[in-house]
Amino acid sequence: MSRSNARTGKTLTLWLSLVLVGAITLAGVVSFVWTPFALSDMAGGRLEAPNATHWAGTDRLGRDVFTQLMIGARIALIVGAGAVAIGAVIGVITGILAAFATRFLDDALAAFFDILIAFPTLLVAMLVVAAREESSLSTAILALGIGLSPIVGRITRILTKQVLSQDYITAARVCGTSWPVIVIWHILPNIAPFLAVNLALQFGLAVMAEASLSYLGLGAPPPNASWGRMLQEAQGTVYSAPWGAIFPGLALFALVIGINLLADGLRDRFDPSRRSA
Amino acid sequence: MMADLLTVDALTLATAETVLVEDLSFSIGRGERFGLIGESGSGKSLTSLAVLGLLPPAIRATGQVTLDGQAIVGAPERKLRGLRGSVVASVFQEPLTALDPLMPLGRQIALPVRRRLRREGRDSTRTAVRREVHALMDQVRLPDPQRLYDAYPHEVSGGQRQRVAIAMALACQPRLLIADEPTTALDVTTQVEIIRLINTLVEELDIALLFISHDLAVVGQMAERVMVMRNGRAVETGAMQQVLTRPRDAYTRALVTAARRFDHALEGQP
Amino acid sequence: MTLLTLENVGFSYGKGQRVLEDISFTVPRGSNVGLVGESGSGKSTLLRLLLGLERPQTGRILFDGAPLEARDAPAMRAYRKRVQAVFQDPYSSLNPAHRIRRIVTEPLRSLKVPGDHLAMAQEAIAAVGLSPDTLDRHPHQFSGGQRQRIAIARAIVSRPELILADEAVSALDLSTRVRVVDLFEEISERMTMLFVSHDMGVVAALCDRIVVLDRGHIVEAGETATILNAPQHPYTRSLLDSIPRMPVAP
Repeated sequence: MSRSNARTGKTLTLWLSLVLVGAITLAGVVSFVWTPFALSDMAGGRLEAPNATHWAGTDRLGRDVFTQLMIGARIALIVGAGAVAIGAVIGVITGILAAFATRFLDDALAAFFDILIAFPTLLVAMLVVAAREESSLSTAILALGIGLSPIVGRITRILTKQVLSQDYITAARVCGTSWPVIVIWHILPNIAPFLAVNLALQFGLAVMAEASLSYLGLGAPPPNASWGRMLQEAQGTVYSAPWGAIFPGLALFALVIGINLLADGLRDRFDPSRRSA
Repeated sequence: MMADLLTVDALTLATAETVLVEDLSFSIGRGERFGLIGESGSGKSLTSLAVLGLLPPAIRATGQVTLDGQAIVGAPERKLRGLRGSVVASVFQEPLTALDPLMPLGRQIALPVRRRLRREGRDSTRTAVRREVHALMDQVRLPDPQRLYDAYPHEVSGGQRQRVAIAMALACQPRLLIADEPTTALDVTTQVEIIRLINTLVEELDIALLFISHDLAVVGQMAERVMVMRNGRAVETGAMQQVLTRPRDAYTRALVTAARRFDHALEGQP
Repeated sequence: MTLLTLENVGFSYGKGQRVLEDISFTVPRGSNVGLVGESGSGKSTLLRLLLGLERPQTGRILFDGAPLEARDAPAMRAYRKRVQAVFQDPYSSLNPAHRIRRIVTEPLRSLKVPGDHLAMAQEAIAAVGLSPDTLDRHPHQFSGGQRQRIAIARAIVSRPELILADEAVSALDLSTRVRVVDLFEEISERMTMLFVSHDMGVVAALCDRIVVLDRGHIVEAGETATILNAPQHPYTRSLLDSIPRMPVAP
């Protein structure tokens, strides 16, 4: 009884997360071809409350908040995906290298990951932005990607070591399979399910970090409407016009929660350790 | 005639999806040595957990398990803990995981000893406990008790770890010792020593034994009566000699034939 | 005709204690040799040397008359074409992410064996007594015994001359073990086999020669019947005496 209830609960959570992430993705994709207003359209009244024309109200320049939310969704997804992709490429390569390296190099790399992880991703990202001396969308993506890479590197190293201790690796070596082929055939497919779940969590982290960067004025510059910048701009009017802060805050919350639940749900579904006979 | 020490009556163990042990009944008399034979998935280890009242929460038990006159199925944990500390004790397959890796061996044996001395209202000072622990270490033939008292589990051999586990089980002076594959992880030359040790101890101390193993020949050296399990059901129960030399059930017969094949090979016969 | 020769092989991990000392024995072509030892005997290490995963520090290993040199890549490739292995744990020796087809054909691809790989895999799967549809399934759909048969199919698919088996039946249940031992017996009629195990009963049933290893040394080697009936070394005697036997009918 309790187990089937738990299973129904899990299925429900998975659907909820799919709806949350799906809706935000849809909004982001649609924003390329259509938004209720143009981003630079300041024709609306200033700080209008949500109404039939402006579904989420307007900001202090009279721009439509819903339009900004849609474009913010696009930015959040691009930054999240881009940062995770960069973090994954750097992290997976260094992680696998560390797992294969000699004891000394492995220890050095492991320590290096740990030291980098000790710095918050945001701090590392801020350093990268400072080093590039300009804030742009691509800088933010690169910065966050570099910030995430040690986290991915560390987990890749551990997962790879586990796979390396399996007999099928020895069997592959004994039948003459070369190391590059072992990595592609045996290691990557077996670490992928665990890595995917972790990367989904990193995606949420990247979206939040991007909002923080933008909030600090280090993210995508105007006229890009990032949720983080919307929050920053709404700061002065949060009591008189709370919708300017509430909606981007909710959107950020929904995306991060949705992605985390999705990662959890997918792990339960695809965990290879549950693929027993 | 005194009532049996352990009675298992129509025991069924199931999760929400599958039945793991079905309608199992057997009993063990006081001082009797009983063997439970089964391959992986037979439900033999689960049965021993049910007797100890240590089933995982996802598994539901129906039927009755009566140990020394007390019902186990459905009993509150507090009562079960009392029984585990006094009436029944267990030894498992892997002594390395059964022992605390961070505690010296002597102190691990001392824990159940102190509990028993307190329960019996006897002197439980440090020296009294230590004296008792040394006596137990002698009893399980652990060499050099002075040194081993302060040694950690990883510093001694697998056979010695299993002796420590046995000493801990004996510390509470149980009426029933449950040994679940206690020699499977050991080398054959060590296995034979542990078999002899358990046999001697249960005889000397008049403890009943529930010996669980997949190895027919080992059970043949430990038990007077055996039960063969397959897929959660008992397929044959009887005197050890009869079951292992003239099995009635087809599955038991297949097992015995398989075991004899390697035995014959050792005799130099094809 | 010897296929495999070990001459005074010695090995230690790092600067540690000697794991193997002065190991010399031969595996005649077509024979079935059992290497018996308890934990700490060095039998697993010896197998790693034979698999080319480690190199002996002293002495040498000759395969078909030529010394085995783990650093000589082309020579190793040639060696791997002729030597395959079966491991102990059927749950860790098959990649869970792959279909059986891919698992069984891996040696053919890695060793660049010419010919129809699928047909060879089908033949190997049939030879180990599994149905043809096995190839389209994943490891988790099989029991321990079936997985070990798949591992054996992978070992024989490239038609090696020597099979190295590492405790290959130890993890199996008794009734499964007998059937897999039968399979090994059948296979050993076509190739040479070195069967490493702690289980004297299995080795006695399967091998015609036995090498007994204790703490890195060979204590006794000879014909199976001789070792069983007239063991010379006290260790061999205690090993044989320790094995629990089935009760006999009164």
